[in-house]
Amino acid sequence: MPGQKFGPAWFPGLIAVGLIVCGALLAVQTVRYRAPLVVLPAWIRSPRAVAGVVSVIAGLLFYALAADTLGFYLTAFLIQVVWMRVLGASWRVTLPVALVATVVIHLSFYKLLRIPLPWGIFEGFAF
Amino acid sequence: MTASILSQALAQVFDPYVLWVILGSAMFGLFVGAVPGLTATMATALLVPVTFFMPPVPAIASIVTATAMAIFAGDIPSCFLRMPGTPASAAYTDEAYAMTKKGQGELALGAGLVFSVIGGLFGTAVLIIAAPALAEVALKFSSFEYFWLVILGLSSAVFLSTGNPLKGVVSLLLGLLVSAVGLDNPAGYPRFTFGNAELAGGLTLIPIMIGMFAVSEILRGVAAIDKPWEMAQASIGNVFKGMWGLTKKYPWQTLRGSALGTAIGALPGAGADIAAWMSYAMSKRFSKEQEKFGTGHVEGIIEAGASNNSALAGAWIPALVFGIPGDSITAIVIGVLYIKGLNPGPTIFMNNAVALYAIFIVFILANLLMIPLGIAAIKCAKQMLRAPRELLLPVILLFCIVGAFAINNSAFGVVLMLAFGVVGYLMEENGFPVAPAILGMVLGAMLEENFISSMIKADGRIFAFFERPIAGSLGVLTLLVLAVPLLRALFRTRMASHQGGNS
Repeated sequence: MPGQKFGPAWFPGLIAVGLIVCGALLAVQTVRYRAPLVVLPAWIRSPRAVAGVVSVIAGLLFYALAADTLGFYLTAFLIQVVWMRVLGASWRVTLPVALVATVVIHLSFYKLLRIPLPWGIFEGFAF
Repeated sequence: MTASILSQALAQVFDPYVLWVILGSAMFGLFVGAVPGLTATMATALLVPVTFFMPPVPAIASIVTATAMAIFAGDIPSCFLRMPGTPASAAYTDEAYAMTKKGQGELALGAGLVFSVIGGLFGTAVLIIAAPALAEVALKFSSFEYFWLVILGLSSAVFLSTGNPLKGVVSLLLGLLVSAVGLDNPAGYPRFTFGNAELAGGLTLIPIMIGMFAVSEILRGVAAIDKPWEMAQASIGNVFKGMWGLTKKYPWQTLRGSALGTAIGALPGAGADIAAWMSYAMSKRFSKEQEKFGTGHVEGIIEAGASNNSALAGAWIPALVFGIPGDSITAIVIGVLYIKGLNPGPTIFMNNAVALYAIFIVFILANLLMIPLGIAAIKCAKQMLRAPRELLLPVILLFCIVGAFAINNSAFGVVLMLAFGVVGYLMEENGFPVAPAILGMVLGAMLEENFISSMIKADGRIFAFFERPIAGSLGVLTLLVLAVPLLRALFRTRMASHQGGNS
């Protein structure tokens, strides 16, 4: 059976060998040039930047988990407000911009491009 | 026959709907290009969900137009903010800014525009001539030739990417590993699926690309939110003043930039950004006025500005003919081509000739349209660059969410986008280039399939990979490409140990 010699494990196996070799070489390079193990980026000292990065990751996770239950409108509006506030926009600008962005993006994708964005608890108001 | 194809293609492009799509994507591209932190690749990734429900020609036209505009518009903030709008302008950002400081901002912007158009048209001409000719040859290719082509492409991606080649290899291997997920392999056996139905179909590339090119860029923008943008003052009058003189003064530089750009674009894994760096370096090397470089001299801007726009069209040559992307943008485009039934490969010129010529016409049109729209963009530059980032970034992020969701209509896409956004950010911050990973993901299946079927055909004899004339030449070429850096590294350590002994 010539086909069996190169089964489904063959290709990932080759990649694994490559990664092990490259990893070892990189480790040797790091040790030789005495590079530090971990370098913290400069922005870690800015509270606004740290809060921003954390809020982006948390907000995307929140959307993935909550959108099906809460629906697109509520989830998208909430994370927009959090992001804009964390990045330093005032309430007066945040609320209208977040609302308009959510509605415009929903209408253009849901109506124009027919992407079934979830309604969640607002199922009764679906149009 | 050709005349009828051409007239059909013209009719497809000059349809009011298509023209509106082109105009809209041109403005989108100019904005994305002009705002630092938003890149041409990101524009492409964000356009994909929008193109889903369009017919093939407007879908591809929107991407072609938006990317051409974005690469030019990347020059605009270089002059005002000393920040490149896209990585493709980074090579001459300091030069352009120095010109603004000297009061020559108008000249720098004009040169950016005019030579972008010339470079773009040059690349398009090469694409139109070379792609069908190459397809004729490629019709005779078997799995052996494709195997070598993929290996050649992957190795050029690693060695052309900047920085440590070892990190490039790691990036490539990670990409290949991602491509191995799912049922879609020659044996049809589920790999790395952990019994999860979402994983059985393989990892969908579009959410991954939105993550790696858009979310990672937004993370970078958010991390730098405290750095203010300081606008340099420049009065912009007639940007065409002096352009004819420059064209006559630097014809050779323009040609060299366009030619090198097209070639770099056509090489897999290297796109407009690397083309611009190489052309800028070449311009400086061969210039008669080397000492002026870096002090606000237009020569390098001309050569590199022509180069990055020509690279854009060059990247489509391998993408259309072999299905091997020439840069990150075409890596996304290939996915769109499959969705639209325009499967890349040498037969595309027979099966989809009309659509293909329509794409060529869009390339020409987009580059010509760049002149009036580019002037408008330069005039509104100050307004565009004043767009508040604290509002812009969240809105783009919402756009990303919808795009990642739209591909499979599942929240899993959003998780995938987030994961690869963080991975992409961490990779770039630590000097691991992203382009080889993307190429690995796109080409992994093709590599495995052609290798396995070649091995079965050859009954396990490695030598069969060199028996066919084209396969043999490609194989030897690949081995040479792989051997050169190794030899150079070996040579360098020898030299270093010699010098070390002397000192």
